[in-house]
Amino acid sequence: MNRQVLDFWVGLFVAVGIAATVFIALQVANLTTLQRGAVYTVQAEFDNIGGLKVRAPVKSAGVTVGRVSDIRYDSDQHKAVVSLAIDSQYQFSADTSLSILTSGLLGEQYIGVQSGSDAELLQDGDVVWLTSSAIVLENLIGEVLFNRAQDGGTTQ
Amino acid sequence: MTSPLTLPARLIRALGHRVTDNLISLGIAARFFVALLASSAICLRRPGLVVREMYFIGVMSLVIILVSGLFVGLVLGLQMYDTLERFGSGDIVGMVVALSLVRELGPVLSALLISSRAGSAVTAEIGLMKTTEQLSAMEMMAIQPVARVVAPRFWAGVFSVPLLTSIFNVTGIFGGYLVAVHLLGVDAGTFWSQMQSAVDFRIDVVNGIIKSVFFAVAIIFIAVYQGYHATPTAEGVSLATTQTVVKSALVVLGMDFVLTAFMFRGL
Repeated sequence: MNRQVLDFWVGLFVAVGIAATVFIALQVANLTTLQRGAVYTVQAEFDNIGGLKVRAPVKSAGVTVGRVSDIRYDSDQHKAVVSLAIDSQYQFSADTSLSILTSGLLGEQYIGVQSGSDAELLQDGDVVWLTSSAIVLENLIGEVLFNRAQDGGTTQ
Repeated sequence: MTSPLTLPARLIRALGHRVTDNLISLGIAARFFVALLASSAICLRRPGLVVREMYFIGVMSLVIILVSGLFVGLVLGLQMYDTLERFGSGDIVGMVVALSLVRELGPVLSALLISSRAGSAVTAEIGLMKTTEQLSAMEMMAIQPVARVVAPRFWAGVFSVPLLTSIFNVTGIFGGYLVAVHLLGVDAGTFWSQMQSAVDFRIDVVNGIIKSVFFAVAIIFIAVYQGYHATPTAEGVSLATTQTVVKSALVVLGMDFVLTAFMFRGL
């Protein structure tokens, strides 16, 4: 076969292959939103993080502003210590409160950020004190059943 | 040792014979692999040789990869949607199709297809060259057959298989898109956004590519090894070709389990 024709087909094949890889990286894995720009890290302690995982989104008003970068267990206080990497373009007041929320009834868990009114802003390495833990569905159901049983007892 | 042996002793000797036989072929294969790597410099000196083989291994496999990828995607879309809809979550069909293709089906199926389409051809070609004493003739002319014949095919395969795997994945996802969005009525935006939120570049895509590189080395090495060490008869070449496909399939599936266990354990 002619060398030029051969080169053309192989070149086309390689170009299509690389384009396919780039397509998977950009369109399927959505690499563009994962680009880590400048971030600052804050820590927060939770009594119970439920099913929160590393790399879970950190959202404020529904917009992803950062990701969970690390989860540790503090054996002195028996609490979970969660590190959040927040995009530097988003600033939050120092009295920000964090809560672990669930998207949908059984969806993935994420951290919701509710900014406070303090003029001082969160800095890299700060610790957020106002946290509320994940709602564990089993506990919730247990509570509801308990209340129902109590109500039933009084009305009868 | 012609002394009459009892049955258990003969059984044990047969077992030992099998083990040493396999060990010896493993040793021959390892030495062949080292010789192959050592004489790979020719691929840099004469890239035309690799380009020629990439045409036969890569470009000629495109049709089967495109068609199989499309149909695997179509079927995945239908089956997954049917199952997911029982739990009322048919919307995540895009995510399921993309994850199964990128992590598992893409690398494994394209490796199996390429070993049947191109691996067997490589074995038959090299085996026939050996049978017709072309390899010996090369040696006679002080041309190393491992460098001139084996190394370009090996590297062409190692470059082609990951590219073909990516093409397989993309056509598969496109097939899933066709079924889910145009046939079953899943919203196109939901299809892509569910996929994008679930597929991670490092964990899913990069691990899939690493898998396909491992499979590429395995299947193309089996192909050249079987061809180069084929018994130089018509029967030997046909046996070697069969062995290439069978062993490639077994090795790919076995390696897939091991690689998956390392990559996705606990993640």
